[in-house]
Amino acid sequence: MSDALTHAIHVEGLVKSFGRTRALDGLDLAVRTGEVHGFLGPNGAGKTTTIRVLLGLLRSDGGTAQLLGGDPWAQATELHKRLAYVPGDVTLWPNLSGGEVIDLLGDLRGGLNKQRRDELLTAFDLDPRKKARTYSKGNRQKVALVAALASDVELLILDEPTSGLDPLMEEVFREVVRAEVQRGGRTVLLSSHILSEVEALCDRLTIIRDGRAVETGTLAELRHLTRTTIRAELAGPVDGLAGLAGVHDLRSQDGQVSFAVDNTSLEQALRLLAEAGVRGLVSQPPTLEELFLRHYNRPAAAAGVTR
Amino acid sequence: MKGTLRLTRLALRRDRVQLPIWLVAAMMLLYAGAAAVKDEFPTEADAATALKGAVTSPAVLLMRGIPVGVTQGALVNFRNYASLLVLVALMSTFLVVRHTRQNEETGRSELIGSAAVGRHASLGAALTHAVIANVLMGLLSTLALLGAGLPAAGSLAWGAASLLTGLSFAGIAAVGAQVFSTARAANGFAAAAIGVAYFVRGVGDALGEVGPDGIKVTSNWLAWVSPLGWGEQVRPYGDERWWVLVIPLLFFVACAAGAYALVNRRDLGAGLVPARLGPPAAARSLLSPTGLAWRLHRGTVIGWLIGGVLFGYGIGTLGTTVNDAFEENKGVADLMGQLAGGASGGLVQVFYAAMMAIFGVLAAGFAVQVLLRLRSEETAGTAEAVLATATGRIRWVASHLTIAVGGAALLLAASGLAMGLGDASTGGQTSIGTLVGAALVQLPAALAVAGFVVLAFGWLPRISVALAWAGLVVSIVFGMLGDLFGLPQAARDISPFSHVPAVPVADAAALPLVALGAVAVGLAFGGLALFRRRDLTS
Repeated sequence: MSDALTHAIHVEGLVKSFGRTRALDGLDLAVRTGEVHGFLGPNGAGKTTTIRVLLGLLRSDGGTAQLLGGDPWAQATELHKRLAYVPGDVTLWPNLSGGEVIDLLGDLRGGLNKQRRDELLTAFDLDPRKKARTYSKGNRQKVALVAALASDVELLILDEPTSGLDPLMEEVFREVVRAEVQRGGRTVLLSSHILSEVEALCDRLTIIRDGRAVETGTLAELRHLTRTTIRAELAGPVDGLAGLAGVHDLRSQDGQVSFAVDNTSLEQALRLLAEAGVRGLVSQPPTLEELFLRHYNRPAAAAGVTR
Repeated sequence: MKGTLRLTRLALRRDRVQLPIWLVAAMMLLYAGAAAVKDEFPTEADAATALKGAVTSPAVLLMRGIPVGVTQGALVNFRNYASLLVLVALMSTFLVVRHTRQNEETGRSELIGSAAVGRHASLGAALTHAVIANVLMGLLSTLALLGAGLPAAGSLAWGAASLLTGLSFAGIAAVGAQVFSTARAANGFAAAAIGVAYFVRGVGDALGEVGPDGIKVTSNWLAWVSPLGWGEQVRPYGDERWWVLVIPLLFFVACAAGAYALVNRRDLGAGLVPARLGPPAAARSLLSPTGLAWRLHRGTVIGWLIGGVLFGYGIGTLGTTVNDAFEENKGVADLMGQLAGGASGGLVQVFYAAMMAIFGVLAAGFAVQVLLRLRSEETAGTAEAVLATATGRIRWVASHLTIAVGGAALLLAASGLAMGLGDASTGGQTSIGTLVGAALVQLPAALAVAGFVVLAFGWLPRISVALAWAGLVVSIVFGMLGDLFGLPQAARDISPFSHVPAVPVADAAALPLVALGAVAVGLAFGGLALFRRRDLTS
């Protein structure tokens, strides 16, 4: 009961196979009520499959999934009144106009805020009179976004919602989502590849790979797991740096040292530098990108172990 | 033109299951048809009696074509030629649209077009594929007929005519695929072209002159306007006229050239008919699953209604003519009786009963087309958009079923009404109410086919489209034409149409209708239960 209140989505050990392919292999995902949760992973990692299980479009083969306190398969229809979904690849009925599709989807969800609809149409600069067959990918995505964001729902499930939008519209999207969350009462699950978008919007995030969650936490927590790159100009030679656990790629030449250090050993490394006398120092904070690449490039078997 | 060859290979590979099914099915039908003739008309005198009767009826000529002689081959021609040419035409048009406009609509062409292939490669590949498919079809037809022991010249003429008739329609479809911006519209255009060609050919034959032997018929010039008429005028097994083959050949070349020229005049994805702006907001009536289903099927429903009414009226006006013609001819009356499920009675009534069976098939075809939208919505992803809202799966299927059932009932009632008006306009005695009732008697059988489609969709979604059309074709071949193709009774009983009482000749017996209705409901419920339990697949 308390879990249902604190978590909009709670998935444990989710398994889904298509024939011999295991698309989800014991996936865990917890999205707290009221947060924007980033859902990252390379193509084919299982992001869309997870979302489709959460929407009751696919039936899971194992594990548990809770959505807004209910069973996403058995109670799909009731739960769908409380959420809105934007698919990654939006297809629309070619002979309906954009405005018609927005009203239809909104109404099928149980109602649409007309004023919000018009505001969003203006913000996204979308002509609702055009037939869907004449829209570009980006414009089809705008149609789905307007329909979802103008619905008065608790949970937004957005599957790579900006993959067809231009940078200007991406910015509009960010502003709109931020405003939504500030108004309160909304939870967002945002699947994405775009790191800057996730950094800008998300409170917490989960990285998945090969159907499993490999990292989850707040941005700060995840940064903690990465390395800071340091370059320093020193007054004298530095001792013990090479022997310190957590220091990598150490190079020193003419009083210049450069190395990468695990954030757990950062303090010790800095103390050693200070003892040698620091004349200049450049440090590069860890980027999400590094974190991301580390997980993407690593072979699957090692992914869970080498934290 | 660069890349045409590779795209042709790709197209052939995509059709590696579908094409053999068309070819083998046509071959088996031909072989069975040829064998059935031998059993039913052991001597040429038997055949002559039946044909002398047949040619006096414009309705028979309209549906069947013209007799070209009394030999076994000539009889196979009279009974099976016209319907096989339609089959070949359907194969060719579906094929061309599938590999041109449908590719473009789904975005596959964009991917291919950006690779190193010429602007015309896609069209060129589709037409090459059509040529290959039709050459195979012609060759196999000839072999099947030779295998049934028919003369070489006629069998060869049949194969050649089949080849070139197929190509004529491939050409028509190629032009349609350029003009219309959706595969649905292009297929609709091509199907309408086949229907018009059949009708024009039929009228040309119905208005033809019977020769001095009382059997052979010379068609009116109208038959020469129709691509199906050209195939017919080659007259396999009856003094073959080889030169006629030049006409469809030239027609194909002209259509292909036209389609090539059109490619240059439009953008990828667009048609020649430009899209207009729509309303900025939805009307109240659109805002429900059924409202959406109606919007999606509106054009289909109206199109079928117009077709049904025109066809019904046309049949109605033929009633009295049939009566006059049949009075002396037991042979034709029997033939019509076979079509009407073995009924006998007043001649006009027998005629109407036989025609009602055709309307039953039309209603079933309509229902199949509407229900297959479920699958195309699923593969396109629009089903996902609806099912991610508060619309449940059952409600979504039910919205399309409503249109299928309501539309089929409306189509039958309107066709019956139009038939009654046609009958009345030529001084017939059959009441409009009787004909509307007789048409509606076909509804349970049509719905049984619809139920089968729902079952296929719920159970085996990936092959449901092929299953659905196969179900309809089997129902037609085994039910209505089972006699003509000499199939055993047990096989004929598979078809729902075999169980429909031949109203207005027979009484509308309740038992078979209730049973058919129950089968329809059972199949549909089975399909719904299976759909509720399965994953959405693309």
